[in-house]
Amino acid sequence: MSDTDNAIAGETGSSTQVVKPPFVANPDLPPHGARRTDVDPKAAKRAEHQVATCFGLSALATVAFCICYVQIPIDAYLPIPFFGAWSASNLALGLTFGLAAFFIGVGAIQWAKKLMFGGEVTQMRHPLASPPEAREEALEQFWAGADESGFAQRKIVRRSLLMAMSLFPIPLIVILRDLGPLPSDSLYTTLWRPGMRVVLDPTEAPVRPSDIPVGGIVSGMPSVLPAVQEEQGTLNARAKDVVILVRLAPEDIKSQQGGTSSQPWDYQGIMCFSKICTHVGCPIALYEQRTHHLLCPCHQSTFDLADSANVVFGPAARRLPQLPITVDAEGFIVAQTAFDQPVGPSFWERA
Amino acid sequence: MLLIVLAMLGVVYAAVGQATTADAATDTAATQAQVTAGHKLFQEGCSSCHGLGAQGTQNAPTLIGVGSAAADFQLSTGRMPLAVPGVQAPEKKIQYNDTQIAALAAFVASLSPGPQIPTAKDLDYAGADLALGGQIFRTNCTQCHNFAGAGGALSQGAYAPNLMSASPQEIYEAMLTGPENMPVFSDQTLTPSDKQAVIKFIENIRTEPNPGGWSLGSVGPVSEGLFVWIGGLLALIAAAVWIGAKVR
Repeated sequence: MSDTDNAIAGETGSSTQVVKPPFVANPDLPPHGARRTDVDPKAAKRAEHQVATCFGLSALATVAFCICYVQIPIDAYLPIPFFGAWSASNLALGLTFGLAAFFIGVGAIQWAKKLMFGGEVTQMRHPLASPPEAREEALEQFWAGADESGFAQRKIVRRSLLMAMSLFPIPLIVILRDLGPLPSDSLYTTLWRPGMRVVLDPTEAPVRPSDIPVGGIVSGMPSVLPAVQEEQGTLNARAKDVVILVRLAPEDIKSQQGGTSSQPWDYQGIMCFSKICTHVGCPIALYEQRTHHLLCPCHQSTFDLADSANVVFGPAARRLPQLPITVDAEGFIVAQTAFDQPVGPSFWERA
Repeated sequence: MLLIVLAMLGVVYAAVGQATTADAATDTAATQAQVTAGHKLFQEGCSSCHGLGAQGTQNAPTLIGVGSAAADFQLSTGRMPLAVPGVQAPEKKIQYNDTQIAALAAFVASLSPGPQIPTAKDLDYAGADLALGGQIFRTNCTQCHNFAGAGGALSQGAYAPNLMSASPQEIYEAMLTGPENMPVFSDQTLTPSDKQAVIKFIENIRTEPNPGGWSLGSVGPVSEGLFVWIGGLLALIAAAVWIGAKVR
């Protein structure tokens, strides 16, 4: 035991005295070797010609660009095998401009590599901070300036300046109002009202239950939407109020979001859901009729329409709201009520 | 005289009548022959999955009520007969000739009424409204088939096929019958003239030239990003290696 301790102590003692060589020796700079262009005037001449040729080609490409710009008609197309028809003008302009830039670069690098001074130069690093005298002087100047301005003594100047400067950013906040007006309750409501017809998007025809076969999907909108869109001059209503109608075999429907046996939310297996994804609001109609899954093409949120449109995959946090439907006296599909919850993506104030 | 005239009229009437019945008879006879031939082909090639009465089995859906349009679509694109069971029947080499496909379609149509093969008039999209077709395509089709009809992925390995080589008849039949995971777009919600407009739009985007150069499959930022990241980065690395290489 004591032997081992001694041995370790002995080793430690020796290592403090003997400096071991580092694991990898400093390779230092390799010896400077002359390039062929340094020793052979012919090679140097050749390199010079190469560089000049590159710059010359660049100049030619620039001239070609100008000629192509004027000469090639904008609607001319070149059929290129495998790649399809390309716009001749775009192709020519891109190629000539790209080549003009490319050859300047190639020429410059060739020049630097073959002809410019080729020796190695060592430049030592220096500390980033200024020397202590310079720092002291700067500090002195600052305090002298503060003293001379009277910033400390003239309280009213100081305070009014602070007030002015603290108020100055306020316009930047006030002009944010131009992003508005505030949405008020428009995020909570849609155009759907009891008895409003579902019309086809984009043909605006009303729909009868018999028009939708089992396995069918129809993109619909509230019948007043075209008029509202015209009046508002925006697509806001369309972005929010569109729906899809799907028909499932009644025995395939596992659950719905509401309704009683006497007043179900579907009509003979036809169900109506908001078309706006609850994730970030893409219109969603990627419908697999065999699995009854509705996929959002943006981020692959997947809703099971046979089971209350619950989320079965993807980033959406809520199921798609269901619109209760029935038929009116003329046999067209209408909404029983409005949506019982906001449609579309979550928002700040939403509970 | 009157009798003679009447008799002649009778003869003429009978002849015309007979001629029309005869025409009708040949029509039905041809169809009947087709149905018989189709039934035979069905028993040989289809019944092992779809059942001897086409009633469907655990492995395959019933064909009763799917109509001649569905049969024609599946057979003329080579999707049926199926080579191996899977998520989706792939498009492949067509297994039957036109006569056999017509016979099989006639047999399927004879089982129960269903969507019929579109007529030449249904498929005449020359007068269709191209802009309306674009609107309908963007509302109903782009989500699966891509904005340029390049197709796209569904879930569990299923996919919406590329539309670039589909014939007008195939597009029409697909909308009418909703093959596989595709929903059905009935004639009531997408009228024949709407369907013609969609076909016209698809035909139009097919021939549209590409001002931006190589479309990289028109599948959007994925293929373009991949090309830039792989092709562009490799070019940059090659340039950096060249700039840094020591000259002798």
